[in-house]
Amino acid sequence: MTSSPGSFVLQATEVHKRFGRLHILKGVSLDVRPRETVCIIGTSGSGKTTFLRCINHLEKIDSGSIEVNGHPIGYRTKKDRLVEDSERNIARQRTEIGFVFQRFNLFPHKTALENVIEAPVHVRGVAKDQAIAEAETLLTRVGLADKRDVYPGKLSGGQQQRVAIARSLAMKPALMLFDEPTSALDPEVTGEVLDVMEELAHEGTTMIVVTHEMGFAKRAADRVVMMDEGVIIEEGPPEHFFESPTHERTKAFLSKIL
Amino acid sequence: MIQLCLVNWHLVWSRIADPNDVFFHALWATVYISVVAQVLGILLGLVAALMRMASFRPLRFLSGLYVLLFRGTPVLVQIMVVWLIIPGRVIDLGAFTLQQDVFAGILALGINEGAYMREIIRAGIDSIDKGQMEAGKSLGMRSGAIMRRIVLPQAARVIVPPLGNEFNNMMKTSSLVYIIGVYELFSDSEQIFSSSTNVAPFLAVAFWYLVLTSIWSVFQAVIERRLAVSEHGDELSLRERAVAVWTEGGGVARLGEWPFGTGGRWRGRS
Repeated sequence: MTSSPGSFVLQATEVHKRFGRLHILKGVSLDVRPRETVCIIGTSGSGKTTFLRCINHLEKIDSGSIEVNGHPIGYRTKKDRLVEDSERNIARQRTEIGFVFQRFNLFPHKTALENVIEAPVHVRGVAKDQAIAEAETLLTRVGLADKRDVYPGKLSGGQQQRVAIARSLAMKPALMLFDEPTSALDPEVTGEVLDVMEELAHEGTTMIVVTHEMGFAKRAADRVVMMDEGVIIEEGPPEHFFESPTHERTKAFLSKIL
Repeated sequence: MIQLCLVNWHLVWSRIADPNDVFFHALWATVYISVVAQVLGILLGLVAALMRMASFRPLRFLSGLYVLLFRGTPVLVQIMVVWLIIPGRVIDLGAFTLQQDVFAGILALGINEGAYMREIIRAGIDSIDKGQMEAGKSLGMRSGAIMRRIVLPQAARVIVPPLGNEFNNMMKTSSLVYIIGVYELFSDSEQIFSSSTNVAPFLAVAFWYLVLTSIWSVFQAVIERRLAVSEHGDELSLRERAVAVWTEGGGVARLGEWPFGTGGRWRGRS
């Protein structure tokens, strides 16, 4: 079964992941359409971050398949067996997938601008002038044009995370993944990051956001997905999801968090 | 105390204040043997550190064996062995030639140093947060590029202070090559000693080693400062660092703090 190109950005089918004896993902399937924003919620330990990391092969999956834009991620079939892909191919696939980390992971020895142009120049081979022009546009978009020559150590958490978002966007990825992007932030600066993300969602960026920010999920998500103990137990558009959840675990979770 | 009276102070003074040409050759030999051996040590240490991280088992094994052998045996023995197994009297390196004993001395000191540098470089690489690697990966960078552009430049801040100490050591340890007949700072004094049998030439040479290591301390402070500047804006002034050289060994104390912050303890001082 192959879907026609463009119909799904992400197709994850029956993904299993174990860490030793811990069975973290027990068959997760999720399809994401272009321009869709999907929020994944759930208690910690439910496997949502692990699933997100599997999508760009920061974690290897044990079985199942993950395809981004129709290309299997991290594995190829060789004599009917799945083998891990070459580093070169995995790296190329990752250029299509932006990843925003909980702890930003900006390069501390590079300025905001240098962080943003690093991959376009040294991975994509974009001319430096052009990369700088694009990076300036992106920094303006996240509201940090005046911080272009500042090192991450001098930026607040919220500013660092916005630079990190700009850095990912600079590769013009088909899919953006956000791993609890505001969990490491002081409450007073989460808003500035969520605003940027909400704008991206409304502009039609295809994104998957693991988050505990229910307000953001309500406003920005096209679909909310609830994970529990390694499986997706419920999903739906936010209005349904938050108003009339059907699963007991979802109800319990929402009552605790809202 | 009685011995001090027997010191030929005139000889000490003349060796310090009025060095001859032969002495300057010896001084220069010490400097370039140390520098070249140290550079060789850094390169070998880097290769060994990367080999240790390889997924291919035999490479990791070789890297471990290297450290085991060269950290576990005296450098003096290594110098003798290398000197004895390298044939010829003059070594032709294409662009220039080296006397066999100088070549053997540099090689032995460099290989020995590489074993220590591997540990220092490894510690530097290990001190970099795993998230840096993951950020590079997520942007589509390959491991070589991540190492070169992301990890090593940051690890350098951790590597440089102990590296400076290693070079300080190297300048002094290089005196051991006198045993294979290399003419350098120590052999120079040794020769004066054999004709005068007075402690004076050794006091003088101690002074000259002190000059070399002191000059190096200043260099080290400058290098560390420049590395720190590329990280963030507020830094100690050059003069403050120069003071630190004398009071606490050039900022080595900062070492443990780096992995946990972007600025270490200098950060608050804007």
